[in-house]
Amino acid sequence: MVHHSGARLDASFAALSDATRRGVLERLGRADASITELAEKFHMTLTGMKKHVGVLERAGLVATEKVGRVRTCKLGPSRLEHETAWIEGYRQLWSARFDELDEIIAELKRKEQVNERKKS
Amino acid sequence: MNARKASEPDTTKNHTTVEPKSEREIVVTRTFDAPARIVFQAWTTPELFKRWWVPKSMPLALLSYEADIRTGGAYRLVFDVDGTKTMAFFGKYLEVTPHSRIVWTNDESGEDGAVSTVTLEEKGDKTLMVLHELYRSKEVRDAALASGAYEGMGETFGQLDEVLVTLSA
Repeated sequence: MVHHSGARLDASFAALSDATRRGVLERLGRADASITELAEKFHMTLTGMKKHVGVLERAGLVATEKVGRVRTCKLGPSRLEHETAWIEGYRQLWSARFDELDEIIAELKRKEQVNERKKS
Repeated sequence: MNARKASEPDTTKNHTTVEPKSEREIVVTRTFDAPARIVFQAWTTPELFKRWWVPKSMPLALLSYEADIRTGGAYRLVFDVDGTKTMAFFGKYLEVTPHSRIVWTNDESGEDGAVSTVTLEEKGDKTLMVLHELYRSKEVRDAALASGAYEGMGETFGQLDEVLVTLSA
């Protein structure tokens, strides 16, 4: 089980390491789409998009279904529940920290300006 | 006194991005509207650090923070959990280079802790900050992932205390 989950995580991380693939997941999170639609959306050839979808499919992040001549893509069985929940939680923590840091930085900048004025 | 108002129209908030870079790494990036010297000051002045490291939305109370922020120095953060337990995060500074780089260890989970590196790079009147966390091995990172340690935070910090309890178990 542990081994299996580790292998799946590897595949997910490899899949997520590419900006286009993350974009595809984001897009599929909103609505299912055909490979042709995805290729157009990301300004890619059909072959290029098929490769990306293949990587996502092997990681279980995307599922595809061929109806007639159209292959439709949707978020897969493992979706992003595990990986994105983790990444999103991590991002929220840092994002909250850095938003507060912005305030402190603004304060420090104001103080410097006041000191500059005092000097001159 | 009105300085704050005047500087407020920055509706374009800088975004924090997180990316799993390799099987052992996670990279967080963020831009700040200030020179590196000021960002560095906010990281390395304990009274200032305390204010942002524990954001208001975080339901944990920071009981104490001690830090000797120089290469070879140590730090220790102690949080209150539920008013009944405390939890400590600690480690050493492997490198502190003014205005550009801070590297520290996260030793609370023993040998397996990640090494965190912050680099500050000035871009015009802004500073690009890159926070890089390197886990000792793929297995350790996977274990951190599998534990669901950060999962609850995606929804709200209200769950963070539970998360920390999980981490300490």
